[in-house]
Amino acid sequence: MRKLKGLMCLGLSVSLALASQAASAKDMVISIWDGYMAPDALDKFKADSGVDVDKALHATNEEIMGKLMASGGEGYDVVFVSSPFAEVLHKQGLLADIDPVKVPNLKNLYPEANQLEYDPGNHFSVPYTWGTTGICYRSDKVSPAPTSWNELLNPSDALKGKVTMLATDRWMLGAAFLAKGWSVNDNDPSHIAAVRDQLIATKKRILAFDDTTFYSKLASGESLMAHAWDGWCNYGTQANAAIKFVVPKEGSDLWVDTMVVLKSSKHQEAAFKFVNFMLAKENHAWVAENILYKIPNQAAMAGLSADLLKQYPNLTIAPSELLKMQQLRDLGGTTQKAYTRAVTEIMAAQN
Amino acid sequence: MSALHADRRLSAWLLAPGFGWLLTFLVVPCLLVLVYSFVERGVYGGIDWIFTWENYQRAFDPLYLGILLKSAKIAGLATLFAVLIGYPAAYAIARAPRRRQAVFLFLVMLPFWSNYLIRTYAWIVLLNREGLINRMLQLFGYSGDPISLLYTESSVVLGLVYNYIPFVILAIFSSLSRINNELWDASKDLGASGWMTFRRIILPLSVPGVAAGAVFVFVLSIGNFITADLLGGKQVQMVGNLIYSQFLTARDWPFGAALSFFLIAIMLILLFIQALVARRAEGGRA
Amino acid sequence: MSQSRSVGGTVLSTHLGLVYAFLYVPILVLILLSFNKSGLPTAWGGVSLKWYVALAHNTAILSAALNTLIVALSATFIACVLGTFLALGIELRRKGSDKGQVVDTLLMAPMIIPDIVLAIALLSFFNLLKVGLGLHSIIISHAVFNIAFVCAVVRTRLKHFDYSILEASIDLGAGWFTTFRRVLLPAIFPGVLAGGLLSFTLSVDEFIIAFFNSGSGQASTTLPMQIYAMIRFGVTPEINALATLVMLVSITALLASQRLTKAPRTHE
Repeated sequence: MRKLKGLMCLGLSVSLALASQAASAKDMVISIWDGYMAPDALDKFKADSGVDVDKALHATNEEIMGKLMASGGEGYDVVFVSSPFAEVLHKQGLLADIDPVKVPNLKNLYPEANQLEYDPGNHFSVPYTWGTTGICYRSDKVSPAPTSWNELLNPSDALKGKVTMLATDRWMLGAAFLAKGWSVNDNDPSHIAAVRDQLIATKKRILAFDDTTFYSKLASGESLMAHAWDGWCNYGTQANAAIKFVVPKEGSDLWVDTMVVLKSSKHQEAAFKFVNFMLAKENHAWVAENILYKIPNQAAMAGLSADLLKQYPNLTIAPSELLKMQQLRDLGGTTQKAYTRAVTEIMAAQN
Repeated sequence: MSALHADRRLSAWLLAPGFGWLLTFLVVPCLLVLVYSFVERGVYGGIDWIFTWENYQRAFDPLYLGILLKSAKIAGLATLFAVLIGYPAAYAIARAPRRRQAVFLFLVMLPFWSNYLIRTYAWIVLLNREGLINRMLQLFGYSGDPISLLYTESSVVLGLVYNYIPFVILAIFSSLSRINNELWDASKDLGASGWMTFRRIILPLSVPGVAAGAVFVFVLSIGNFITADLLGGKQVQMVGNLIYSQFLTARDWPFGAALSFFLIAIMLILLFIQALVARRAEGGRA
Repeated sequence: MSQSRSVGGTVLSTHLGLVYAFLYVPILVLILLSFNKSGLPTAWGGVSLKWYVALAHNTAILSAALNTLIVALSATFIACVLGTFLALGIELRRKGSDKGQVVDTLLMAPMIIPDIVLAIALLSFFNLLKVGLGLHSIIISHAVFNIAFVCAVVRTRLKHFDYSILEASIDLGAGWFTTFRRVLLPAIFPGVLAGGLLSFTLSVDEFIIAFFNSGSGQASTTLPMQIYAMIRFGVTPEINALATLVMLVSITALLASQRLTKAPRTHE
């Protein structure tokens, strides 16, 4: 018994000692969604520049925002967040300015990618991927092809219980705003109320709100139409070639995932080198080729194979088309709270 | 009562480390968040140090109370089923030979050392329209439409029962493990039937375990959000989802804090009542 | 052995068997999916070991798994020790007084507090004190709710406990420590074991508190954090492969320990 206790104490102290290796031996830290960059990218970067990058993961924008807000950005150098959140971080003074001299590969970007509303000129953020939202559907089971958001919001009897919608607030409400011809950044309380009522009615006719597994439901036939991001719809197409993507006639949103450098970072030089590396043609192209998302990198997109573009037509949506869509912006406190409340009311409504 | 109970110093020494830990790492941090609940949300989501009652006023909204009630109903159902199913299982393990008990307990917990997400995905595979359960039914001749087992309140209850039943089993086992076979035999010898022995002796002795297990399931269920999301298709809004959305989506820490403490207060009151009832059921023995 | 006892025994055993079946059916599905050639849980693509191969090369998942083990074991150890002492201290102080309900209720607080609140509270606290984050901060955070669970479970074991045997032991000359080690601990051991198992299981699957209180970087990433981060693009069956291996290792260890501790047959 004595020996067992002694062993346990030893084990505990060893593990605590191991555990408190809080300071990473690495040169800088990034936080990114899993699978969002090439598995060997960091090794390549280290070979190129000698900088050792530690990769932290986050599952959603909201979670990494919570952590950055609570800790003032401590411990992170580069973070991948969607554009409205980059805006918020900038307004809170947490971001470093992007020095174009230190990030020369910015020249690879489309001119349109330098005119994005949330950060014209890319002063505090660098766009990494972009795209739009629309309807992803089984072309072999749904005919004619859907053309309007209303087909998703008020599914026909044939489609009742076979439709999924996105669960994240901006897109869930966004679909209803767009269907009525309003802005995806709408702050009018009467509009928000109308959208809420529409979605409460929608909820009764759909299968589920689903952000993460909707394409496998499409592939298996459990659902026939899904509210989807363009890149995600490509995964469905990958699984089942009958799955197609369409942007409804009322228009859609332009979402952008960006890289930001934190002002609190003690390794800003290394951070800029990293951002520059990710914008290099061959590195950035990996994203389009493997994650099937559009990237704002003109040089990289030009190098994509024709077969890839044929298989996934939404990769060919031109930047000029994208810029015509409504760009997602930060809503400000009052409106964001109103959106959250609307979503709560929708989710809590009796079916 | 024994002299041990009179030795206040001994119990103070025993209490100190645990209390100290909870004081430093629970009470103080939560006081911080409690302070947040009395100030305003900053424009961009941080904190503006301006005192206000507004957060608590907003918390008194029927929307949030409705969600609490709905969550309590679902959590309550989950607790009921978990206890009903878990009690006999715990009893069976407690009756097993001492040496084997650890094995049985390990086997109860083992499935839960996989990951919550993949377990839930496994349930989705079982329950969805093209899923295994519907396929089995069809195999056995059922010819109607596939049953929609998913994205309902029932599937959320099922998910909660599944994930928390081991907690009930462990808690009830802990209090039942005292009961040895001699007690059972003695009761028999005195002429009581099996059922009577159970009702009059075993059951009251196991009340602390049942109470603890029930609280575990209820409390864990009410705060659970991922089951409601994945198995409920986000159609069921639980308290867990609500608090998350305030802290993370709305980035409204003051309101999230106010809502949380308001709900915690309600739950503490309910638990206090439960502790009273449990005491009565135990028969008031010290 | 009376008739009713064996009938009751059979019913109980059957029930236990059914409960195990209920617990393990999804696990069997999960294990099956680890051999699924297609990555999607809804489409069977044939048998393949590719996910096991991928897992072997996935240093990120493996290091996260190791971190989770360290965190769970450490937090459980702390919780078992502190929680058991806490339970003892509380039970010894109670003289059947009614104030007991207040203490009971307050001790439930760590379990009631929504995990996001605790996560943010602890991060703010650590930030205020300028404490560096890492696995150790996760361990400290996990120990908070684990202590409450262990304490609650051990207390169920201590209620109606016959303290006179402890007194007898001391009267007979054994010191406090020996009494604790030789008399009390074996008696409450099932409770401590149950509490420890519970606490370990909670830690192994806990995400949000770990996420908020981890240091930034891979050295601080736990398995739940790693897996939840995969949710955006789909949780690949590498995780199923990992879970299958964990179960295999655990069951083997269990069976081995049962064999090794074959005690001489005492009357039971």
